[in-house]
Amino acid sequence: MELLDILLSASFWAAAIRIASPLIFATIGELICERAGVLNLGIEGIMVAGAFAGWISVWAGLPLWGGVAVAMFVGMAFGLLHSVLSVPFGLSQHVVGVGITLLATSVTFYTYRVVLPEVSSPPKIEAFQPFEIPLLSDIPLLGPALFSQTPLTYAAFVVAALTAFVLFRTPLGLAVRAAGENPSAVAAQGLSVTAIRMGAVVVGSGLMAVGGAFLTMSAFDSFFFDMVGGRGWICIALVVFGAWRPGKALLGAILFAAFDALQIRVQQTSLGTVIPYQIFLMMPYVLSILALVLMSRSAQVPAALMVPFNKGTR
Amino acid sequence: MTALRMGAERGDPVLRMQGITKRFGSVTANEDISFSLHKGEVIALLGENGAGKTTLMNILFGQYLADEGMVEAFGKPLPAGAPRAALDAGVGMVHQHFTLADNLTVWENIALGTQGLGAFSLRPARVKDKIRDLSARFHLSVDPDARVGALTVGERQRVEILKALYREAKVLILDEPTAVLTPQETDALFATLREAISMGLSIVFISHKLHEVMAIAHRVLVLRHGRLVAERGIGDTSAEELASIMVGGEVRAPDVPAMPAGPALLTLSKASAGVLQDVNLSLNAGQITGIAGVSGNGQGALSDLISGVLSLQSGEMQIAGQTPAQWDARTAIAHGVGRIPEDRHKTGTIADFDLTENAILETYQTDFARAGWMDWTKARRHTEHLIQTYDVRCPGPDTRIRLLSGGNMQKLILGRVLEENPQIIVANQPVRGLDIGAVNYVHARLAAARESGSAILLISEDLDEIMKLSDKIHVISEGRLSPAFQRGALTVAELGKWMAGQGFAHAS
Repeated sequence: MELLDILLSASFWAAAIRIASPLIFATIGELICERAGVLNLGIEGIMVAGAFAGWISVWAGLPLWGGVAVAMFVGMAFGLLHSVLSVPFGLSQHVVGVGITLLATSVTFYTYRVVLPEVSSPPKIEAFQPFEIPLLSDIPLLGPALFSQTPLTYAAFVVAALTAFVLFRTPLGLAVRAAGENPSAVAAQGLSVTAIRMGAVVVGSGLMAVGGAFLTMSAFDSFFFDMVGGRGWICIALVVFGAWRPGKALLGAILFAAFDALQIRVQQTSLGTVIPYQIFLMMPYVLSILALVLMSRSAQVPAALMVPFNKGTR
Repeated sequence: MTALRMGAERGDPVLRMQGITKRFGSVTANEDISFSLHKGEVIALLGENGAGKTTLMNILFGQYLADEGMVEAFGKPLPAGAPRAALDAGVGMVHQHFTLADNLTVWENIALGTQGLGAFSLRPARVKDKIRDLSARFHLSVDPDARVGALTVGERQRVEILKALYREAKVLILDEPTAVLTPQETDALFATLREAISMGLSIVFISHKLHEVMAIAHRVLVLRHGRLVAERGIGDTSAEELASIMVGGEVRAPDVPAMPAGPALLTLSKASAGVLQDVNLSLNAGQITGIAGVSGNGQGALSDLISGVLSLQSGEMQIAGQTPAQWDARTAIAHGVGRIPEDRHKTGTIADFDLTENAILETYQTDFARAGWMDWTKARRHTEHLIQTYDVRCPGPDTRIRLLSGGNMQKLILGRVLEENPQIIVANQPVRGLDIGAVNYVHARLAAARESGSAILLISEDLDEIMKLSDKIHVISEGRLSPAFQRGALTVAELGKWMAGQGFAHAS
């Protein structure tokens, strides 16, 4: 009964959408990279860097959207580094990705210490405030859940829709998908596989960083060291869960976030007194694994994912 | 007839290649090749496997960078290494290995690269209309909305041709287009090509099938070892002449005189394994035993069983009259079974290993190791000996085997097997995909092994090959083996009947 009450409350769904937002940005970012044929394991580190860069810029005086832009640029810079190593140089995408994650995380922590040398608790900023969309926010249940969020959450949904449109409706998207399926087909049409893949990694990494920035600028108002806490890896799984389709990936992110929001609330019910809280913390991950197993069976992996493309060799 | 055939009007060439040279590492794939193509003309590029045909066309199309030489289309030089420029100049290529994305639809594959990347919409309706229109004009029926992965090979080839026509190609390059087609599909392709010629297109047709070249080409260029060795108008030559130029000698099938059967070296009685049911077979010394049949009827299981890869479920196997205590790949080799596998890329070689490593794959523990250490000097010497003896054309024993053509790869495998003086040889499709020179070479070597007393099992889908070489023939169908027929005791028509599965009711 208590469970049903939770599931029917607007505040639960509002929380789910809020928790989903950074996941949506980063998942869409990863999806763009993988559609072009590049696995981007730099995602975790890029999210950390984005979270820090956006927050510190606002703390230093930039407007909120300026902070988002800075986060995106930082993400794109790491994406550029990743793509140079993984695309024209054709290095192992696993090694490059893990390397980028370690590099981005370390550079972030170093910069934090340099900028704020003697601070015990990080300063707070004036974060994004919820913006109630007129009329729509008055719809019962849906209104408070979907239409009373911060602008950055709305942006996440717009990004997902835009990505789906570009990937499936435009020549550019077709070229990106073909680069991930059969790069020789792209090269045979005289398009540059290198440029397409690098572009996809740079743009995707920018979105990952915005996902990170959401944490410090919209979900909270400050930066902590382990606040990304593995969300990047969740997003890698969400791409598979979503079968490399933006719409399904978005639903997956919301589903995962709903489990997360649910476990916090269930801990506070009578169940929480009998069952150790660690079980609840585990729940979203266990359920994600189950969903992943069920969903990914039929998924069409981009055929050339993780396959470097070199011209003129055989 | 010549008037029609030579419909190609002279004038400025639509395409010209001048002094093309290309090397892969130390392998020279093309050496100083020049030719030109005129409007409405079909030229055939003929040559053995590994003669450099595909490489030449990939250079023409800008996918490989030539080390020397230049390409000209419609009087203007094409920049090297730029497929875009080739496409824009009206040169379209249908690759041997299709460059299609399986998970995309037909129209998406065709539209790829034809619109500016900044465009806001793919305009699917317009793309599909144009595809349907071209399909009708050139008799290339295919559903624009189908996923390419769901199409047959013939249909995929049509998509590739449509891709070129969609870009308004004036020159079509077809790389071994019939290799993957059924006879009916080949006829349909030729109809399409004749249609294209009549509309003023020019075609470069790459093949090693002589009768096709004679049927469609106006002019033939013969490549050998990366060099252009002959150029002939089709009216001035014959299939026989072309074949002899291609292999650089007279085409000559080895004659295999009858020989008395020696003792049975391997016998199967009522053997069942995998799809095989109650198989009776005896491989005798000094005999080639042919297995004829449509592919996928248990040929793989039979060769795996004798090679020790598959184990017996019931029945009995005897080696020289004795039942072996154990039968796996290693004991099979130890008992003198030599194996020429069906798929030389998948099970015959390791692509990124060099020739030496590949040459000792089966014997490295017994012959090339001392106290647990590899004896590379000996292995190299052995490989150099194989290269010499078996005419493997390669830069040396350190070359990675993936750089070799199919024929040379097969010669190395053949050498690896024959040098061990095997008692029993399992040759599963030993000449599949090889050119006629390599085919004759392999056949002659097998015949020689037979004369020196080996028992040879020859599995092939090519009836002529079986009929030409075998002392006795079995037909395989749905895992069952027909009784043995001595050479000459069976007509092609009769064999066909057994292949279709008739006659087994009485036999069993």
